[in-house]
Amino acid sequence: MKKNKHNTEFYLRLYKQMTKIRVFEDNANQLYLDAKMPGLTHMYSGEEAVAVGICEALRISDKITSTHRGHGHCMAKGANFNQMFCELLGKVEGYCRGKGGSMHIADQANGNLGANAIVGGSMGIATGSALRAKLQKSDDVTVCFFGDGATAQGLMYEVMNMAALWQLPIIYACENNGYSEYTTTEEIAAGSILERARAFGIEAFNVDGQDVIAVNKLASDLVEKARKGKGPFFIELMTYRYHGHHVGDINRTYYRSKKEELDWKNNRDPIQILGSFLESEGIASDAELMEIHSTISREAKDAVDYALNAAYPDTSEVDLHVFQEV
Amino acid sequence: MPEITLSQAVNQAIAEEMRRDSNVFLIGEDVAEAGTPFKVTSGLVEEFSTERVIDTPISEPGFMGLAVGAAMTGSRPIVDLMFGDFLFLVMDQLCNQAAKIHYMSGGKLNVPLVLRTNLGATRRSAAQHSQSLHALVAHVPGLKVAMPSSAYEAKGLLKTAIRDNNPVVIFEDKLMYQDKAFVPDEEYLLPFGEAAILKEGRDVTLIGTSSMRQVCERAAILLDKDGINAEVIDPRTIVPLDENTILNSVKKTSRAVVVDEGHQNFGTTAEIASRISEKAFYYLDAPVIRMGAMDVPIPFSPVLEDLTVPTAERVAENARKIVSGELVHAL
Ligand SMILES: Cc1ncc(C[n+]2csc(CCOP(=O)(O)OP(=O)(O)O)c2C)c(N)n1
Repeated sequence: MKKNKHNTEFYLRLYKQMTKIRVFEDNANQLYLDAKMPGLTHMYSGEEAVAVGICEALRISDKITSTHRGHGHCMAKGANFNQMFCELLGKVEGYCRGKGGSMHIADQANGNLGANAIVGGSMGIATGSALRAKLQKSDDVTVCFFGDGATAQGLMYEVMNMAALWQLPIIYACENNGYSEYTTTEEIAAGSILERARAFGIEAFNVDGQDVIAVNKLASDLVEKARKGKGPFFIELMTYRYHGHHVGDINRTYYRSKKEELDWKNNRDPIQILGSFLESEGIASDAELMEIHSTISREAKDAVDYALNAAYPDTSEVDLHVFQEV
Repeated sequence: MPEITLSQAVNQAIAEEMRRDSNVFLIGEDVAEAGTPFKVTSGLVEEFSTERVIDTPISEPGFMGLAVGAAMTGSRPIVDLMFGDFLFLVMDQLCNQAAKIHYMSGGKLNVPLVLRTNLGATRRSAAQHSQSLHALVAHVPGLKVAMPSSAYEAKGLLKTAIRDNNPVVIFEDKLMYQDKAFVPDEEYLLPFGEAAILKEGRDVTLIGTSSMRQVCERAAILLDKDGINAEVIDPRTIVPLDENTILNSVKKTSRAVVVDEGHQNFGTTAEIASRISEKAFYYLDAPVIRMGAMDVPIPFSPVLEDLTVPTAERVAENARKIVSGELVHAL
């Protein structure tokens, strides 16, 4: 690997972005455990390289759609801690004024068209956004994030067909973390997920979703092609979620072993993998990486305190935004 | 009589019917080892094996369609739809197919299936996991709709649903799964189209579906303190609807408040209120009051979400207004 200034800065940025997501999730989980967060939430921890590797290949006007496990996508596409935590706590300064919560964070200013609590529910939206880009003759690209479980939704095949017919600038990014809820992917997916995309004539790739540099390299390549009208593309990213399906899914040995979890955490952690690379290349020392972590942790703690003390929406907001004023 | 949770009641009903009739099977997402996210079907796979307790991919229209076809050819499927909100995904198979097949075939084909799903807000689950969509399916001829209000109703109505030769949609309140009620030791079924009078009264009729029954019961206690004697009725099924019990009550009390967790506009409350107005018009001393969920997508923030559903206090307040004559025109 060649060391130049640009790469050095870029790699450190990848590291920081992934750390931000991990730290965000650790704090969100703690808010849940302390009974300070209403409802449930789905942790992205373990999958950071997917969102960061892909979103770092995008520019702000490119669009993404996200999922119920969406905090990572939001952060990677530029969201800030304060508004994120405020939304998780139902506060008016949150991204959706407290109306959406964890599963519905949308951040239009950064090109994030929103998380979705309907599995596969964003596939039409993402493909429509790509259609819009094509109609406008803009070279913006849309990335549709979804889990392996969502590949069971029929909608996916309807929109992939149209995307392929019309060469839409979209990348379907399947985050294969091995499970949909409490069921393994083998039990819910027949044949090969990649071949399904290929059946539509869509070029499809498999990549190690724990290797942020590999993800970013592939994504950058495909994004550039999609900008030139060579889309759509499909990527299957092999990854793992560290926590339960949601924060309340604590006793999970009946569907996956502690050993398996530890193996991923100890040997295939995306942040550790990049960290070791940075150290071995002399880009950053262990101490410097620790410093990054503690700086981000302090920022997150401040944001949590901010959100805990922030105001709830005024009750008059309950029927605001059902329709937009014309 | 043992006291069991609503979740156990549903589990027992399914197990009993599966033991009785080998044509019955259960199908849905994470219904087997996981026993659904609400742990309602836990243990069934151990007894009936994965052949009759079938985990599916996340393909709601797909397994709904499979159930329709299996039902048309002799099975009696129980479809588990994890959240009522996912009804929007299965609407074609349910409403264009299952609901109409018996009629369209001139009575030749039938679709004996049960779609079990849930309703209910205030679980802080936001707009796509909090809806109460029973009015939507009640609108479609050919579908029966049951709304159990406690473990007792949940068991008796579900067993009836499984034996019915038509498609039945049954809505459990997801916040009530751990609520307990007394259930007989011996087998029992609750007939469709028979409302329950939970408390007799002479001043006002409170009609509450599903968990709104408890809201009405609590409202009746509040009203008692003001010397207002409320009658409380749970329709149990909205298709078929036991009009007689409701009309007879209103003829006695001359006033009614209809409470339901679906959206108020074009909803279950509207249907029941208009039947009362049409068929008991000359007995009424006040407009019939509808109280449904506020007509907004259910918001996440607790301070907003709590405003969207009827509460005992608000039901009592409206009842007081129509009893005192303070309210002459509808709200
Ligand atoms: C249409 C629909 N069906 C079911 C669910 C319930 N549900 C939420 S997440 C989930 C599993 C999704 O698995 P996957 O797509 O692999 O994403 P992951 O949770 O693994 O990130 C299910 C079944 C839902 N939200 N929407």
